[in-house]
Amino acid sequence: MMMRLMSWTALIFGCLYFLLPLIGMAEFSLKMRRGVYSLDAYAVVLADPAFQATFGYSVLMALMTIIFGVLLVVPTAYWVRLKLPGARPYIEFITLLPLVIPAIVIVFGYIRMYNTSSWLPLTGSVTGTNILLMMGYATLALPYMYRSVDTGLRTIDVGTLTEAAQSLGAGWFTILAKIILPNVLVAVLSGAFLTFAIVIGEFTMAALLDRPAFGPYMQLLGANRAYEPPALAVIAFAITWACMGLIQLVTRFSKHERARA
Amino acid sequence: MTDSPDRPAKRPFRLPFEWLGLLPFAVFTLLFLILPTMRIVIGAFQTGDGSFTFQNIADLNTSSIRSAYWTSIKLSLISAGLGCAIGFAMAAAVVFGGLPKGIRGPLLTFSGVASNFAGVPLAFAFIATLGPVGLITLWLKTEFGINLRALGFNILSFWGLVVTYLFFQIPLMILIITPALDGLKREWREAAEVLGATTAQYWRMVAFPILFPSLLGTFALLFANSFGAIATAYALTGPQLNIVPIKLFAQIRGDVLGNPNLGYALAFGMIVVTGIANFVYIWLRTRSERWLK
Amino acid sequence: MAYLDLTHLVKTFGTNRVVKDFSLGIDKGEFVSLLGPSGCGKTTVLRMVAGFEGPSSGNIVIDGQNVTSLRPNQRRIGMVFQAYALFPNLTVAQNVGFGLKVAGMGREETEARVTEMLRLIGLPEKGPSWPFQLSGGQQQRVALARALAPSPRVLLLDEPLSALDAKVRVSLRNEIRAIQRDLGITTIFVTHDQEEALSISDRVVVMNGGVAEQVGTPFQVYNQPSTRFVANFVGTLNTFEAEVEAPATGDLRLGGVPLSLGRPLSAAKGAKIGLALRPEAVHLGRAPGREVVLPATVREVHFMGSVIRIKADAAGTTVSLDTFNRPDTPPPAVGQASEISLSAQDIILLA
Repeated sequence: MMMRLMSWTALIFGCLYFLLPLIGMAEFSLKMRRGVYSLDAYAVVLADPAFQATFGYSVLMALMTIIFGVLLVVPTAYWVRLKLPGARPYIEFITLLPLVIPAIVIVFGYIRMYNTSSWLPLTGSVTGTNILLMMGYATLALPYMYRSVDTGLRTIDVGTLTEAAQSLGAGWFTILAKIILPNVLVAVLSGAFLTFAIVIGEFTMAALLDRPAFGPYMQLLGANRAYEPPALAVIAFAITWACMGLIQLVTRFSKHERARA
Repeated sequence: MTDSPDRPAKRPFRLPFEWLGLLPFAVFTLLFLILPTMRIVIGAFQTGDGSFTFQNIADLNTSSIRSAYWTSIKLSLISAGLGCAIGFAMAAAVVFGGLPKGIRGPLLTFSGVASNFAGVPLAFAFIATLGPVGLITLWLKTEFGINLRALGFNILSFWGLVVTYLFFQIPLMILIITPALDGLKREWREAAEVLGATTAQYWRMVAFPILFPSLLGTFALLFANSFGAIATAYALTGPQLNIVPIKLFAQIRGDVLGNPNLGYALAFGMIVVTGIANFVYIWLRTRSERWLK
Repeated sequence: MAYLDLTHLVKTFGTNRVVKDFSLGIDKGEFVSLLGPSGCGKTTVLRMVAGFEGPSSGNIVIDGQNVTSLRPNQRRIGMVFQAYALFPNLTVAQNVGFGLKVAGMGREETEARVTEMLRLIGLPEKGPSWPFQLSGGQQQRVALARALAPSPRVLLLDEPLSALDAKVRVSLRNEIRAIQRDLGITTIFVTHDQEEALSISDRVVVMNGGVAEQVGTPFQVYNQPSTRFVANFVGTLNTFEAEVEAPATGDLRLGGVPLSLGRPLSAAKGAKIGLALRPEAVHLGRAPGREVVLPATVREVHFMGSVIRIKADAAGTTVSLDTFNRPDTPPPAVGQASEISLSAQDIILLA
């Protein structure tokens, strides 16, 4: 049938478009040693102390951002669902703002607001700038984290669970830590993996705040080297893929749990 | 995290303790999202000594900045348009095209990955593929004798950026439009057919009008996405390509424009453009959701 | 030859034979219901007539024209779906006029016809409204108007009332029947609700497992069920087991009590056969004309106003019987020992 032919054409064209760059970068990254495929580029990259330092820095920042994000978003989303349902549209609007306001504008605002002559001179110290960067990352990840947790909360009856826990004598902290968090763990993990992917590859904020993150490192290497950048791209893609894969895994795992219950 | 006191059983009036629960969130978003943005917006209308002025906005009207905005808008329109068209074709192929059912899952998963694979590594991937010594470039030269460079194609250029941006624009379109296509009930198609309509008439009179808000809205979203992106562009073309984010980047780094407040105006202009595009997206999405219920 | 002729329709999905051998002739202007449980193939038959499924074998002929190989948009058929399927981007008037617009009818003609149809379904001012502004019942009426506007040869309804509230269901089915009578259009109505099918059809086709078990008027299907399935599915049925005493005269023993059917039986003496009775044929206590009397113990009494539904244990099984309310006679108490009486004429023999 005509339609099936067109469909296959569209699909194959699309697949080619997506696969070729991936193949291209993988192939290029193997060409460091003249004339033969080798993993030399990867060896060079992985041994580079700058790689280890910046990658480690970004991983650490990602973890801190995730922890901060969870501690901020889960109680807030829970509270809004439970006590302030009228505020939800406004809160949701605010969480969508980072998608509207480009990251470069946000970090520009940080530099202007928290520079050394301001009321909160975060950029004056290394620690201060690190905190600022982490806040920036948390802001970038906020839409995804909030939406993920909110969706997770929607599927459990927050009000009834809370009342049940309260009638059994639990305080707020216990409720959040022992009742709510475990039940939205899947959603939290999804948000966490997405945050990880975002932070690892982030360039704009780290570059403008002049921090030794993985993003600026990649860009610098790209400007100076030939074979290492594609190797880095392969690594970055693998990480992104792993994060998405983990999200799928975690979501499917939760479905089985629900079915068993 | 604030522990709110339990409300006492008998109280003639309600103290707003509930709102305290929002305090951490409010502080965070205020300090790190709202106030910095406001600072930019207000700064766009201030002179060096703090008085109110429109001069900064007026100063945007230099040829270099105008050209930057225009290039950015062109880039966003084209990448959004192509992203919409190709993404729609692929999504439609998977949902209606009579393809095996097992293709849908992997396509959506891959779209999720690809839409997040933006930034610096994406530029590297495309350089490695379509760059001067890229995989495809060399293959075309050795197998078919086609010299891309001679044909005028250069990955390190505006069109190279368009091709690269499509890598995350197309999957984003697929992810958003697939649920909308699912929402096209089978009965509508059947009802139209029984009433005498051909496939083309069904699409023209029923399906496309229903999908139109989603399509336009997603176009707006893709537009905003492209307009605000910088990392890929910076890694691909370096600071030379004259688009607004790169100009702003250079300005923040080193005040290349010679007027700090002009940076505010540039940023403000970006917020206005992406703000309008996102508003259009949200408005159209709520409209289409009403129909697809 | 009938106006709508379905001959030996078979439909197989993979290894699953959903419709096994279905034949039916429908006269012009007739209202026929396809009645049966889920999975019996009734919807598949309807969709084959509409053209959405192609029969694995068999023929469909409408008004002398063999439409089996035609696409749905070539058959001049109207269809009403369970989920209304109104186009959400078009107003009510535009929905109703859709088939006319597709056929190329001029604007004034279309408007006139749309107005006429809206009046027919009782929603004359709803033309400019949007589907989401209407209730379920109203949407379904608009769907009916839309299907009828292009003057189709046959009208198909696929469980159109299943998604509606009970009250709306009853009033709307009567409306549909009235409109159908008015226009004289040949109609096939698919439902799993036997009350619906019985109350509005000229003929009922009871389907089970891909075949038509019985075709007849509602009266025939209810009172003369030809198979055990039909007897059970249509209406409530009390079933008993009786022992054959004399096959030639139809003498049986039921719960120890002798009764005579007055007609010869094919079973042998001593064999067990199945008997069935409708609730209205069983009487609590004795009554003239009901010569068979069985002892019974009242188990359940449901006072429903004008009707009292009683369940009693008799002849080794639980019998369901209905009796009308009488102000001077209170309903029996649960556990009360009583009698039930019935007439041998009312007994339905089960195959």
